[in-house]
Amino acid sequence: MESTNYVVGFTLAMTVIVALTLSSLFYGTKDQVAQNADVFNKRAILSSISAKLDRPVADFSDEDVLSLFEEKVEQKVLNMNGEEVDGIRAEKVDIAKESKKAEEDRQLPLFIYNAGGEKIYIVAVRGSGLWDAIWGNIALQSDFTTVVGASFDHAGETPGLGAEIKDNPAFAKQFGGKKIYKDGEYVSVGVIKGGAKDLAYEVDGLSGATVTANGVDEMLYRGIKYYEPYFGKVKG
Amino acid sequence: MAEVTTAPVVQEKEPLFGKKERKLITDPLTDNNPITIQVLGICSALAVTSLVLPSIVISVAVIFVCAFSSLFTSLLRTRIPKSIRMIVQLVIIATLVTIVEMVLKYYSYPVYRQLTIYIGLIITNCIVMGRLEAFAMANKPWRSFLDGIGNGLGYGVILVAVALVRELFGKGSLFAGSPAEMKIIGASPDYMINTLAEGSWFGWYSNNNLMVLPVAAMFIIGIFIWIQRSRNPALVDVS
Repeated sequence: MESTNYVVGFTLAMTVIVALTLSSLFYGTKDQVAQNADVFNKRAILSSISAKLDRPVADFSDEDVLSLFEEKVEQKVLNMNGEEVDGIRAEKVDIAKESKKAEEDRQLPLFIYNAGGEKIYIVAVRGSGLWDAIWGNIALQSDFTTVVGASFDHAGETPGLGAEIKDNPAFAKQFGGKKIYKDGEYVSVGVIKGGAKDLAYEVDGLSGATVTANGVDEMLYRGIKYYEPYFGKVKG
Repeated sequence: MAEVTTAPVVQEKEPLFGKKERKLITDPLTDNNPITIQVLGICSALAVTSLVLPSIVISVAVIFVCAFSSLFTSLLRTRIPKSIRMIVQLVIIATLVTIVEMVLKYYSYPVYRQLTIYIGLIITNCIVMGRLEAFAMANKPWRSFLDGIGNGLGYGVILVAVALVRELFGKGSLFAGSPAEMKIIGASPDYMINTLAEGSWFGWYSNNNLMVLPVAAMFIIGIFIWIQRSRNPALVDVS
């Protein structure tokens, strides 16, 4: 049996070596990782308007994504009354943190894509899947009724099941052309288990991932509604 | 000047890739497979095998973690205090897994985002710690390293084999999410076999949703175990 001093000494030495290795690795990769995350998020936002881009988002290089964002995307931050908040860029708004605040204190990021005189409004939504958070970007035409496209992501849904909201392009593709107002009344886009019936306002759910699909449904209904005051102001 | 004469050290010759060393790599692939024979690492084999691409990435990560944790544990095996040896092994494993995570974040952020929780779960993969306890604590570094690679490979082979079956029959595709994606069978013209095409022999076919669920992996691994043991009755547990 080793002496207590040896055990303590060994533990300390091990801890110091491991801590130094990991923290130097962390600092060495920090900037690149932050940029990767930034590009990843912007790519997700752009893929919600892939119908309006000249090539698939996957074909854009990291630099292309950043420069396209710089040139064509206007960023706004709104409060819950639909008023613009100054002094902060939409890409800096952490929706995960915002969704923990009381509803009336939240800030909403809004991205406006300018394409040849046409404006596309991209709103961010966040909700819960089966295991963890899910979130997405929904692009709306300037009538604030017709959906241009959507993109989704998740923290920990099961690959092949709930993770299909992100991995299966066919799921997000369904949202193009849907309407979120039915006879002037807000209905959002329904995600329906067993298949959409009212094709103008509904999309098919995911077989084997009912909880995730219901989460998307709930997230869309609640999340897009947050932007209603702003829509009303713009429409006048 | 006193001449220093060192007695010739008689050492058992240990070739780099002798018969024993080769066996360390090949055994876990067949008669000592970590999943089908040692029945370790089942939990992650059920969870990540619904698609081939994540299975491959996880396999590579496990091979790396298994090989290097065996190497480091073996190097330290005479120094590690017996009373805290499992904690030390865990620290080694956790450090390597964290390094895998950082490397993925740096080089392939989308893949990292796809696998987030599963990468972390390698820490709890019983194969890694099982091999440290059973082999690396009692063997020399090079052999432990090979044993780690062998067991990582043995795990990976089963993982990818299960994923191939599950993705093909559950999704109708293979390698989805990678540039080598193949769409094999499904109800759209994108697939090699379009079940909706006129005169198709596969009009009756639809994807098996059971294959997408983790239970399917249980059945498939069970079938692998069955086949392996009926081919080699020596493996059958007679207890």
